[in-house]
Amino acid sequence: MFRHALSAIQNIGHRVIEGIWRLGHASRFFILVLLKSGTSLRRFGLVIRELYFTGVLSLIIIVVSGLFVGMVLGLQGYETLQKYGSESAVGTLVALSLVRELGPVVAALLFASRAGSAITAEIGLMKATEQLAAMGMMAVDPVARVVAPRFWSGVISMPFLAAIFSVMGVYGGYLVTVVFIGVDEGTYWSQMQSAVDFRFDILNGFIKSCFFGVAVTAIAVFEGYDAPPTAEGVSGATTRTVVTSSLVILGLDFILTAFMFRGVS
Amino acid sequence: MQRTTMDLWVGLFVMAGIAALMVLSLKVGNLNVYNPSQSYILTGNFENIGGLKVRAPVKSAGVVVGRVTDIQFSTQTYDAIVTMSMDSRFIFPKDTFASILTSGLLGEQYIGLAAGGDEDMLKDGDKIMKTNSAMVLEELIGRFLFDKAAED
Repeated sequence: MFRHALSAIQNIGHRVIEGIWRLGHASRFFILVLLKSGTSLRRFGLVIRELYFTGVLSLIIIVVSGLFVGMVLGLQGYETLQKYGSESAVGTLVALSLVRELGPVVAALLFASRAGSAITAEIGLMKATEQLAAMGMMAVDPVARVVAPRFWSGVISMPFLAAIFSVMGVYGGYLVTVVFIGVDEGTYWSQMQSAVDFRFDILNGFIKSCFFGVAVTAIAVFEGYDAPPTAEGVSGATTRTVVTSSLVILGLDFILTAFMFRGVS
Repeated sequence: MQRTTMDLWVGLFVMAGIAALMVLSLKVGNLNVYNPSQSYILTGNFENIGGLKVRAPVKSAGVVVGRVTDIQFSTQTYDAIVTMSMDSRFIFPKDTFASILTSGLLGEQYIGLAAGGDEDMLKDGDKIMKTNSAMVLEELIGRFLFDKAAED
């Protein structure tokens, strides 16, 4: 009985130490990627190639989900607001929730599952098939040649994707509330414009998406580079990328929101 | 895939992203109407600000001409000092009247400016002397009851 309790405590301790060790390992890897980013800036073609895979190929899912999220927000917001006779505020509701929260967060979640998982799987498989080791043999640094361009492409494309998501959402809300339901078009835009502030709302949303881009791609490249070089290891790493980055996005969003919108009504 | 095709798509993607940011700032955020970089500061003392909050609009004739940037309590005069950042395209006479109003029945509170007839204009850092406090519902009801009682 006593021994069981002891081993349970030991188990907890082991997991905590393992977790902290992994966190330290990830931070060191992150700094290493930053230090070796010079190559990707000099050979920007590498980053452009990765931008195609992370940014352009994520466009479809971002555009479609943005449109539908905006449409649902418009529909539900209208249903509730019209009970209080203030359906003219539906534009404000759609725009503020998209620009402040939903745009950056949902776009980052989609980005993590669409592009982050692909980055992890690609790097993990390169490691499993010993392509990374082969590059090392040829005196090509795999971190500078493979990891850094993918990292920067994610960091660059994330704010753009979040902005596209928000714009599509605003137009989705416009489509449902103005075109289908018949809220006045002028009210929709003017209420929105008087409530949305450039610095407090749009700039803060943009800063948020930059943070998310760094977090998601840093996790993705680390998990890929750190994956055990087996089929099982790569699949586990891909799953961990999606789960960890989703949790990090949500936690980071709460912290950033607490800092940015404190004292702002 | 061909290198040039890929470049083209990435170029289109980046342009779409920048266009989305422009739409957000101009169409959704309405950056062009109120530009905080060209602004001047006015202050005003109010006996009671009611539910006025930082970032509430300052309106004249219904047009947004500035925003509330700071609300402080003064221990010298025991009233509220409201700081406003005004768009520098709009200048007001010295005897402008500032009052705290409510948009709609339950809407947000804002500062309404009614221009006076003075020759001199308010400059950066000036203080609006004529102010009118927010309506407080309890005071209104109290006054109403008092008047009723006086009539009888």
